[in-house]
Amino acid sequence: MNFAFMKTRHGKAITYAVLAVILALLPWMLTGGFENGKSWVRAVDFALLYIMLALGLNIVVGYAGLLDLGYIAFYAVGAYVYALLNSPHLAAILPAWLIGPNFIVMLVVAAVFAGMFGVMLGTPVLKLRGDYLAIVTLGFGEIIRIFLNNLDRPVNITNGPQGINNIDKVHFLDIDFGRPMEWLGLTFDMVHLYYYLILAFCIFIIFVTLRLQHSRIGRAWVALREDEIAANAMGINIRNVKLLAFAMGASFGGVSGALFASFQGFVSPESFVLMESIMVLCMVVLGGMGHIPGVILGAIIVSITPEILRDVINPLQEGIFGRRVVDPENLRMLIFGLAMIIIMLLRPEGLWPSKRRAREFHEHDEEAQA
Amino acid sequence: MSALLEIRGIHKRFGGLHALNDVSLSINAGEIYGLIGPNGAGKTTLFNVLTGLYQPDEGAFTFNGKDLFRKKPYVVVESGIARTFQNIRLFANMTALENVMVGQHVRTRTGVIGAVLRHPKARAEEAGIKVRAQELLDYVGIGRRHDELARNLSYGDQRRLEIARALATKPTLLALDEPAAGMNPSETEGLKKLMEKVRADGVTILLIEHDVKLMMGLCDRIAVLDYGKKIAEGVPEAVKNDPRVIEAYLGVAPQ
Ligand SMILES: Nc1ncnc2c1ncn2[C@@H]1O[C@H](COP(=O)(O)OP(=O)(O)O)[C@@H](O)[C@H]1O
Ligand SMILES: [Mg+2]
Repeated sequence: MNFAFMKTRHGKAITYAVLAVILALLPWMLTGGFENGKSWVRAVDFALLYIMLALGLNIVVGYAGLLDLGYIAFYAVGAYVYALLNSPHLAAILPAWLIGPNFIVMLVVAAVFAGMFGVMLGTPVLKLRGDYLAIVTLGFGEIIRIFLNNLDRPVNITNGPQGINNIDKVHFLDIDFGRPMEWLGLTFDMVHLYYYLILAFCIFIIFVTLRLQHSRIGRAWVALREDEIAANAMGINIRNVKLLAFAMGASFGGVSGALFASFQGFVSPESFVLMESIMVLCMVVLGGMGHIPGVILGAIIVSITPEILRDVINPLQEGIFGRRVVDPENLRMLIFGLAMIIIMLLRPEGLWPSKRRAREFHEHDEEAQA
Repeated sequence: MSALLEIRGIHKRFGGLHALNDVSLSINAGEIYGLIGPNGAGKTTLFNVLTGLYQPDEGAFTFNGKDLFRKKPYVVVESGIARTFQNIRLFANMTALENVMVGQHVRTRTGVIGAVLRHPKARAEEAGIKVRAQELLDYVGIGRRHDELARNLSYGDQRRLEIARALATKPTLLALDEPAAGMNPSETEGLKKLMEKVRADGVTILLIEHDVKLMMGLCDRIAVLDYGKKIAEGVPEAVKNDPRVIEAYLGVAPQ
């Protein structure tokens, strides 16, 4: 692909304008173009939530080089914080002023809470790297899930495996995001309203990530990944910089989780299993570790593909065999596994890597051939 | 005149190995102080305990009147000691410019808020970091390679980049661990000029090096380590003729 055009000032402006129009119209194109358009918009909403998760994990894994296999725990923390403060579940126990806070305040609380959990995970693993770090973080993710599963006794906090129901939709700027709304002759359903809401936060998170990447902090993360001892000897406070990466990454997950809880209206520990952590990691690796556009692409591909499969595979099977032979859900894992293997063999740097990473891998090829 | 760096009675053991045995040195401001000794004598270990990468067992470091014994590396760097590594440790997949920009971390302040909001102060700091990084690359003579990945630089240029990155921390003492290792004579000559320039600009240098000719022409004073012990110290000429030094290097006492 040639992006030279997009690099000019003029080209950049045009690219962004086109992108903005597409993003603004996307839900309407989907509802207008497909019979089950609403479920497509819903899938896109989820894709946006996953983009936030992938960008958060990208800070920890892609920039700072710390392999985290329990990342979904922060999504869970954000989701449960939102759920507990915005549902009838704890309304009788908690003081009234705590229930149903202002939406922006709520998201800040979710981000801060998840960030604190990030530090909680980060502190004991400061000295670990690679495989050891992966194992501990994996355990951390599972511990959080098991806590959520069992914290219904002696005091019922999380309502155990049943999860928390009747979570309030977002109310913000006089809009009830749970109710259809008429505007400009269009009917904005919940999935549409949430699309714009989640998109706004997604853009905010992309912006924050971009700014961090090209900053003193972002460089310190990359230095840490490149050579921890040298980074240490250059006067980087390794402990702080690592904890900051864990906290920043976790807080993105927390925001995404809070939006997820309100969108879904229901949370339970089942949504936060190890497989989800692995999926988010796949998005980062498949797209291109440390490269924002790549990570976004990875998140979109990994989260949308199953939806496409469902819509393509089922009619296809019925056409050929007259019945459903395999469940698309099973096929998803099969295709997904194959795709990962192929990509890692052919393009280990990811589908859309940063220039730095592409150089890193391709110069190895040249060296090998020389 | 009191010393810039006072190293007193330092011990470091690795299990049964006594890598540093009661080492004391004092380095004056403005000098080039050489540290020589056979392989495995403990020179690199002295750098490592001084810069906080390893914990010394006993002793004292006083730098500029400040206690630096068993301090964290970033405290040591903040106080004004920077180092390079015997086996080059650059940020291999960052450009030369970025490497030097990282070196300025300890002298700059922008945090998450500043990075995200990019307020005028943060902007000015970031611009300053870039300008300074380019100046330092020019200073060590690799200004035109600024956009090259560190690992693609020639060996000599990598050594120079490590010096630039260390200078970016604004040190008063620059500790160089075998900077001429693997260089050809003309590169070594260039390196010598660079070190003289650095010293002329007010930075004290603590230098580990094997190249005796280079050391004799460059250093004001030299200390010799052997099996973790300081066996000699003084002006180059005296050290060169010290029988203990000759024995340490040749394994026999001079006739
Ligand atoms: N991290 C370490 N663990 C164990 N032994 C070490 C370590 N670092 C250095 N040593 C030992 O300490 C001694 C001094 O090493 P070093 O300081 O690297 O010598 P020099 O730099 O003078 O060649 C050597 O015997 C070396 O094997
Ligand atoms: Mg050595």
